[in-house]
Amino acid sequence: MIAGNDRPMASADQLCTYALRLGDDALILAQRLSEWASRAPEIEEDIALTNIALDLLGQARELLDYAGTVENAGRDEDDLAYLRVEREFVNTHLVEQENGDFAHTIVRQLFFSAYQLALYEELISSRDELLAGVAAKGVKEAAYHHDHAMQWTLRLGDGTDESHRRMQAAVDRLWPYTAELFDADDVEKTLAAQGIAVDPSTLKSRWSQAISEVLTSATLTVPETVWSSRGGRRGVHTEAFGYLLAEMQYLHRAHPGAEW
Amino acid sequence: MSTTPLWEVFVRSRRGLSHVHVGSLHAADAEMALRNARDVYTRRGEGVSIWVAPSSEIWASTPDEKDPFFDPNADKVYRHPTFYTLPEEVRQM
Repeated sequence: MIAGNDRPMASADQLCTYALRLGDDALILAQRLSEWASRAPEIEEDIALTNIALDLLGQARELLDYAGTVENAGRDEDDLAYLRVEREFVNTHLVEQENGDFAHTIVRQLFFSAYQLALYEELISSRDELLAGVAAKGVKEAAYHHDHAMQWTLRLGDGTDESHRRMQAAVDRLWPYTAELFDADDVEKTLAAQGIAVDPSTLKSRWSQAISEVLTSATLTVPETVWSSRGGRRGVHTEAFGYLLAEMQYLHRAHPGAEW
Repeated sequence: MSTTPLWEVFVRSRRGLSHVHVGSLHAADAEMALRNARDVYTRRGEGVSIWVAPSSEIWASTPDEKDPFFDPNADKVYRHPTFYTLPEEVRQM
């Protein structure tokens, strides 16, 4: 396809995949965080975590809606969220990891929000109007999510022996899932070359520096990378993901089109 | 769980208005209290500025002291600006 201004356009497939990747990350993390509703250590934190979940859900809705529009096969945001099967989801492994204890949730949030903040800061200048719009709105949300996670990381890491132990365990456990955030394949590379997407590999050093500063201030140790979990962007997921999908999709599948 | 201190939260809804007490919450320290206050009390665009203060630092008059504190003022009408005639042009004062 050639656009009016003679620039070669990325294929609709690629744009759709890119929107799905960003949208699925937001959707699945929102679903995970919403599992904290009524279970957080304090009611204030209950509200904070579900607020973050709602921010991410809002981003997911716009991105999935856009993916559906670009795909042009008549699927809307609900079809994409509730009627795809596991192999069709292209979120990273990090966001689907179970909540674990509060430390795990905070560390997962720290890792993801630092990545998403860097991503949105770049995506604001995308030539794609919708992606730029999602990023412009999302960058403020991501900045807050990152601040929230950072504040807790500092306090729990440099807190009691028990909170430090749990935080370090969470950092070590989740570290192998961070590399995938920065993987770029043809989709990102082609779209990035056209000023539409952000090549996530360009965000890696900024992320590593920010994370290492926070972890060090929190008296936590930055782990060595021994192995990395990958495959989410191709639809290959970890065991926990199937259970998440079953819960997320049950209602819509049992009562198609249910509204409340 | 009540391991963290209680904080009183004051929110200014617009520039020009003063901070108004909106409630209280638990948080480990002042920075976290500010963030919690943001999430609990300003989610629907209620504020442009937040103050938090440790509840333990607030000294309050007690209901027992109500009479000596407030009653003596009630019968001193000369303290109230009720003896001025307001020009009609001044609608509200």
